[in-house]
Amino acid sequence: MDDSLRELYQEVILDHSRHPRRFGALAGATHVGEGHNPLCGDKVKVYLDVGQDGRISDVRFEGRGCAISQASASLMSEMVAGRTVGEAEKLMDGFLHLVKGEGGSELNDEDREQLEVMGGVSAFPMRVKCATLAWHTMKSALEGGTSARTE
Amino acid sequence: MTAQTRIVKGFDLALARRDFAILGREVHGKPLVYLDNAASAQKPRPVIDAMAHFATSEYANVHRGVHFLSAVATGRYEAARETVRRFLHAAHADEIVFTKGGTEAINLVAYSFLEPRIQQGDEIVLTVMEHHSNIVPWHFLRERRGATFKWIDVSDDGALDLEELALAIGPRTRLVAVAHMSNVLGTVNPLKEIVRLAHARGVPVLADGCQGAVHETIDVRDLDIDFYALTGHKLYGPTGIGALYGKRALLKSMRPFNGGGEMIREVTRAEISYADPPARFEAGTPPIIEAVGLAAAISYLDGLDHEGLRAHEQALLEHARKELGALNWVRIIGDAPGKGPILSFEAEGMHAHDVATILDREGVAVRAGHHCAQPLMERFGVASTTRLSFGLYNTHEEVDRAVAALHKARKILG
Repeated sequence: MDDSLRELYQEVILDHSRHPRRFGALAGATHVGEGHNPLCGDKVKVYLDVGQDGRISDVRFEGRGCAISQASASLMSEMVAGRTVGEAEKLMDGFLHLVKGEGGSELNDEDREQLEVMGGVSAFPMRVKCATLAWHTMKSALEGGTSARTE
Repeated sequence: MTAQTRIVKGFDLALARRDFAILGREVHGKPLVYLDNAASAQKPRPVIDAMAHFATSEYANVHRGVHFLSAVATGRYEAARETVRRFLHAAHADEIVFTKGGTEAINLVAYSFLEPRIQQGDEIVLTVMEHHSNIVPWHFLRERRGATFKWIDVSDDGALDLEELALAIGPRTRLVAVAHMSNVLGTVNPLKEIVRLAHARGVPVLADGCQGAVHETIDVRDLDIDFYALTGHKLYGPTGIGALYGKRALLKSMRPFNGGGEMIREVTRAEISYADPPARFEAGTPPIIEAVGLAAAISYLDGLDHEGLRAHEQALLEHARKELGALNWVRIIGDAPGKGPILSFEAEGMHAHDVATILDREGVAVRAGHHCAQPLMERFGVASTTRLSFGLYNTHEEVDRAVAALHKARKILG
């Protein structure tokens, strides 16, 4: 198989997309965002519970989309739970750099190792927006907006 | 003799393929298989040459100068209008308005024809299979004038429900707007019957012919249709050019669209009067080179054996339908009798974008998504589909390559 395809659709990605972690609505979420990719019609909804201390105690997502967008949303939800808002935003910056093939050097080793499974997206410029949808949605939720879109 | 070189009733596939140089290129190291023709078709050499020749040795602005080249360019531009008239079998060349595409043609009808004639609560009859270009301009009239919609459903195989259509047209219906051919289902709608039903109640009909004009023979007089919109780039012509056919009396009764040069009779400081159609609707310098290209594309298609071409495209569709139909993890969406060469499907457990990405790596270009037809996606309960759309140069081997790539996608994602 084409190496870049194998890199894109590696087992971890397919596992996340088939069995998304933290999937579903979150009752009592403090922040909710809806993301929409008008090109393909994919939608994602991200729920966050942010405590007084600025820490994200819980994250959930709902939606439908391609393997890349689902896996990315699942991975993101898993990784940002327990972090502060500032840490989550920093993680997002690193992730965006990673999938755009612009490094992601601000990530620590452990985060980089976990996120690197999404790195294959950088070889597919048309698919970067699939990978970033959930993250932009999280950001807009944290900023108090309600909707994000990638196109 | 292979399918690559076969001749169907006078349509010579191998010869036609030689006119499309792009078919010789590779994508990701594999020979290109271009199955995204319903999005836009590739351009044959005669179209490219006609535009290059015109720009190289005959170009100037039209309808303006008294100089030699202006007269030559005006002649070419008006000859292109005549070519479109002939293509649609319209009675008069002044019933053909050049636009920048199908979308602009429909927006023109919405603004210049329907908006002044529609009141709060008046109805526009639409079908669920419409492309957004034949939905959004009417939404504008809903927002601006309080127009309401009556949506006509399709059956599970994608055929339009004519009984529902007949019932939907009432005393407050101001227009029926319908696709000639669905860009997702391939369904060809019976325009003549639709026009008959609408006219019986005094309602005009607009057909979105962006797909239909590519595959069907159109005789606007026989159809008695009021408006027919088409675009050049799906017809093997250039981008940036389309046309609107409108009945002469209707066009004459319509207000201008854009304001600018070319569309006036007289401008004074106090008032203006407008030119007659089609000039009234062609403000500013028109897409002159593109009009020449569109005419060349129509002439190119005229030079092919129509019956043979149609049989060839139908054979491609049939082959693809048979291959995909045999897979129990593929659901074909749209199987109406007499449909055109467009095949949309959903593959179990695989999102259309993932499928299209894997096909692309095999050199196979297809469309994945909602195809600008979200009401239709909703009707069939899908967020997106993968679409194979065939053009005159496609081969049976290319269908096989697409199917093989789909199996590969299943292996990776399934």
